Amino acid sequence: MAESSTEASPAAIPRAGRWDSSWLLWAAIIAILLILVVSPFVYLVLTSFQAERTGDFTLSNYATAYGRARYIDALFNSLQLGAGAALLAGVFAIPLAWGVARTDMPGRGLTRMLVLATFITPPYTGAVAWILLAGPNAGWLNRFYILVTGAEAGPFNIYSFTGLVVVIALYSFPYIFIFTTAALELVSSEMEDAANILGAGTWRTMRRVTLPLALPAILGGLIICFLEAIALFASPAMIAIPARFNVVTTQLYQFFGNPVRVEVAAAYAMPLLGVTVLLIVVQRLITSRKGFATLTGKGGERRPIHLGPWRWAMFGYAMLVASLSVFLPYIFLVQSSLAKAWGRGFSLDNITLRNFNFVLFEHATAAKSVINSFLYAGAAATAAVLITLGIAYIVTRRLVPFAEVLGFLCVAPFVIPGVVLAIGFYAAYAPPPLSLYGTALILILAFTTRFLPIGYVNASAALRSLNPEMEEAVRVLGGSRMVALRRVVAPLLKRSLLGAWLLIFIPATRELSSAIFLYGPNTKVASVMIFDMSEEGNFEYLSALALILQVLTLPLLYIGQRALGRDFMLRRAAAT
Amino acid sequence: MSKLVLKNVSRRYGAVEAVADFSLELQKGEFVSLLGPSGCGKTTTLRMIAGFAPPSAGTIEMDGQQISSPSGVVPPERRRMSMIFQSYAIWPNMTVGQNVGFGLQVRKMSRAEIDRRVDAILDVVQMRSLKGRYPSELSGGQQQRVALARAIVVEPEVLLLDEPLSNLDANLREEMRFEIRRLHDEFKITTVYVTHDQSEAMVTSDRIVVMNKGRIEQIDAPHVLYGRPRSRFVAGFIGRTNFLEGTRNGSDVRFDGFTTPASAVEGASGTGELLYSLRPQAVGLTGQKPTGPGLAVEAEITDRAYLGEYWDYQARPLGGAKAIRVSTAPTQIFEVGSHVWLEIDPAAMVRVE
Repeated sequence: MAESSTEASPAAIPRAGRWDSSWLLWAAIIAILLILVVSPFVYLVLTSFQAERTGDFTLSNYATAYGRARYIDALFNSLQLGAGAALLAGVFAIPLAWGVARTDMPGRGLTRMLVLATFITPPYTGAVAWILLAGPNAGWLNRFYILVTGAEAGPFNIYSFTGLVVVIALYSFPYIFIFTTAALELVSSEMEDAANILGAGTWRTMRRVTLPLALPAILGGLIICFLEAIALFASPAMIAIPARFNVVTTQLYQFFGNPVRVEVAAAYAMPLLGVTVLLIVVQRLITSRKGFATLTGKGGERRPIHLGPWRWAMFGYAMLVASLSVFLPYIFLVQSSLAKAWGRGFSLDNITLRNFNFVLFEHATAAKSVINSFLYAGAAATAAVLITLGIAYIVTRRLVPFAEVLGFLCVAPFVIPGVVLAIGFYAAYAPPPLSLYGTALILILAFTTRFLPIGYVNASAALRSLNPEMEEAVRVLGGSRMVALRRVVAPLLKRSLLGAWLLIFIPATRELSSAIFLYGPNTKVASVMIFDMSEEGNFEYLSALALILQVLTLPLLYIGQRALGRDFMLRRAAAT
Repeated sequence: MSKLVLKNVSRRYGAVEAVADFSLELQKGEFVSLLGPSGCGKTTTLRMIAGFAPPSAGTIEMDGQQISSPSGVVPPERRRMSMIFQSYAIWPNMTVGQNVGFGLQVRKMSRAEIDRRVDAILDVVQMRSLKGRYPSELSGGQQQRVALARAIVVEPEVLLLDEPLSNLDANLREEMRFEIRRLHDEFKITTVYVTHDQSEAMVTSDRIVVMNKGRIEQIDAPHVLYGRPRSRFVAGFIGRTNFLEGTRNGSDVRFDGFTTPASAVEGASGTGELLYSLRPQAVGLTGQKPTGPGLAVEAEITDRAYLGEYWDYQARPLGGAKAIRVSTAPTQIFEVGSHVWLEIDPAAMVRVE
């Protein structure tokens, strides 16, 4: 069986040191990453220093961007908005998280489900629902108030700073909920027992032991909420603009209006980028500190704390929050979608399916926009999963020097708000020779980049759980690295990769903040369509379209839950 | 010609030399163990043989052909070897049959031939009835058998085993030792076996390479290693032993508590420190002065432990400071403090470095 042992010349190593065919693949993946992450970022910075048309170096963009008091005001508005929304979201989320994770509150499963329902409601859908609920005159809450009290006018006005804070808090509190429950579930009952046996009562234990252990997670959640609020485009555009104030994202949108002043927009995007980077660093520092609950790990069983009659108060609070974020909004979205005119209310003669019919079959672009959304999201999710799997593989197996840099690039888009990312993409790929502005490709590339972090976190967690000996066994038996990837790695990671795909696909079908800067006449996506309809005031069509988008998501959610467990969306989002 | 030759192989990780100047020749069909404490470089050596890591210096040849050198390595998949991993690395997405047949499939054999060979090898490891099962349905020992079958069925040029028994419980481990040796006797595959367990190495191997801190301490057959350890490390690592320090005094060598003529112990005429290893089993223990040819040394029992299969006594020679460890049959009972006689055969004292 010996291989032609006659040619025994030790100097000639027949196949030694040759390049593995898979090296080509690695090189391609690295190149793609440079295109997706590095180049938009570099162009963003470069463009902010370039004069329009000539491209000469200039500081005038910055002078323009920060040259007017109202531009500066918008920056401060954003900061206030972020702080207000994060704090209010904390008020919604923290009691719920504690109730669900640590007490015998009734309806814990239901509460989790409703938080998930909130989580998968796009912010713009929530904003629209709240315009229906709390519009200054015709809003349902105001009408109900007038009906009950007989007053001249209702007290609620969504078109205000407070209104915007409430709407944003209602749809970003799941982040804090996710972080906090994850941390609380790691505090073992034994730690609390230890405090009890030393004489501390339930409340003192919670204050001195449980909450401090969960505090870093809560702070982390608050920071994420803050960043979410300042990066959000849709809700401010729908609410702040009618209320005659601006925040950073709406101001950026105006710089992008006719004529497009991308150089000024790039300069104006810098504080948003800076604050985000800074706070993400802070968040990482806080949650990686020693003594944080996740580090103490799995220890011991957990028994729920008995609240006695207070458990119904907890339940009531959970249902109140859910009413604001899920029940009321969806009731009136459904009403509006089935109404000839939403303001005419619930009478039978006001009911029609015309809106659905119109949106699906008659409107020139609405149905196509939904198809576009799903196509682009599918392409982006597939691309992001494949790329991040490749990168995570390179990093965990240390196939190239400085592989960690690649891992860092994969998670870097996490700190780039969607609006800023879109400006970077515009700067990099809109001008000739590529001229990708308005094409499907630029939207897919932008979506892919935006969701690379989710893909990477999941792919590298999955790969780390895979013993490298599994692949080495393939190779030693004569299979190449590619055979190992195809026959062993891919089948074993199937579930995790499906999960990652869904976690990208679902938000990508709703993505607005990057799409709004990059879409063209033929590449409108559903979120942009909804935004347009809100500007035209077509709330009946809009509600129908928003509900269609939500309903289409449900089967995906079901598949995800079957494959990965009931709370896969919430659990996995916490990892990002 | 030798099957596998490692010539002056070294492996560095930064400033750390994991393996230094390792040379070894394996004959065809030979079973050699690499034995040493964790971190001694044995697994690194095995991975260099498999082609997963290039050597920093030195070469590896198989059948006279160079397969590893610092300038390049033949990748693992082209070495026609196979390996059994510490984790078994049984692929959970494939059945027992698919796991075992994988290597044959890669070798592009016909379906029928693969089936025939898989069945045959599963018979050998007594796993035929579980061919359709998935690994998650198997016990640790069964997974181990699948790993063995999968590695052997491809008729590798060299079989590599990386601590294959460390995840099994004690009884199973003992059983599998003999199983591995039985399979080797049946298939005569050249084998390199990495372990930190001396009895595993002794049961399975033709020769054992004892490694310490990346270097080879000694290469010998198991009984030679035990009986004639060359270094203090080997004597201490393989079995229990007494280290006795001697000083030259005229024509005698004086030890702690007794003296022997220099001509009676090996190597006493050499220079340097005179350090000897004396196995506890090689010392006699009696109540009366022994009449045999060995040295009779009067001693006192200072400590004892009963281990079922033998007594472990500590006996301090009168006029000495340090006790000597002696193993005796379970029937030989002496109380602590009682006076006894040690019978030491100077020929059983092995000089070590």
